[in-house]
Amino acid sequence: MINFIYFWNHFAFILLMVGGLFIIITSQNYLKKVVGLAIFQTAVFVFFVSLAKVLDGTAPILTKMANAYSNPLPHVLILTAIVVGVATSALGLALVLQIYKNYETIEEKEIESLELKSDK
Amino acid sequence: MNFLLINFFLISLLLVTTFFIFKTTSLISVVALTGAFTLLCSAIYVNLDAVDVAFTEAAVGSGISTILMVMAAAKLPEGKKNKLINLFPSIILAVAISLILIIIIANLPLLGDPNAPIHLHVVPEYLKESKDFFHIPNVVTNILASYRGFDTLGETIVIFTAGLGVIALLTSNTLNRKTNFKKNKKNER
Repeated sequence: MINFIYFWNHFAFILLMVGGLFIIITSQNYLKKVVGLAIFQTAVFVFFVSLAKVLDGTAPILTKMANAYSNPLPHVLILTAIVVGVATSALGLALVLQIYKNYETIEEKEIESLELKSDK
Repeated sequence: MNFLLINFFLISLLLVTTFFIFKTTSLISVVALTGAFTLLCSAIYVNLDAVDVAFTEAAVGSGISTILMVMAAAKLPEGKKNKLINLFPSIILAVAISLILIIIIANLPLLGDPNAPIHLHVVPEYLKESKDFFHIPNVVTNILASYRGFDTLGETIVIFTAGLGVIALLTSNTLNRKTNFKKNKKNER
């Protein structure tokens, strides 16, 4: 039981990652697909940050009182990845808006049927 | 022990939020739930000692990203209650990925283990030396701006490219599809 509470972050990483993928693949709405991508990225962020944690450590800001610090290197990597993730979802949203301008719908099946109609 | 319980609670809330994002069809609720999701993430980061990451997530992830999504959702039509697509292959994919990840994760060190391999290489030197080199007590800033400054430069280039892409997409009005569909619609009438 105690081990389970230590493993919970890793389990949640699996569930979040698979859930994000599931939303990307199964939902028809394109905005929801962008949100699914953001969830997929956040799963990796939470996993990295929980790898960096040291029990009884503090934030990596040097003081005389603390004797153990958490690992600062994953924090730096995730700091970069968060900003890049927001850039990705902004580009995705711009694509969704452009699709809506052209097809006047953002549901996948409706766009498919419009495409089939225009081919005839 | 307190830390572990708070962590358990916050991560469980994150999973519940994900489930409701999956279930909801109304677009504006999805956007609001995404804002709650990122805010919960920044609380988790504070609890896991990553204060700089929490700060960035609260400003960029929860602020700018939510604003962009609200602006997009205001221009888009209300979401429809459509059926899920590709249900069968995605379930197979999800099960396969979870099995592979469970095998990998069973061999990882436990949360907060001070002797994990990640804590033994490079980082002790960073913690010891960086204050003498740069006179800044925050080690994350030292690594971000000095030891790995080129990574940050690359990140800036990525953001610049994404901004260019967004501007090019939002200002272009002459795509082929649009003219085709306009013609088709006129023909139908």
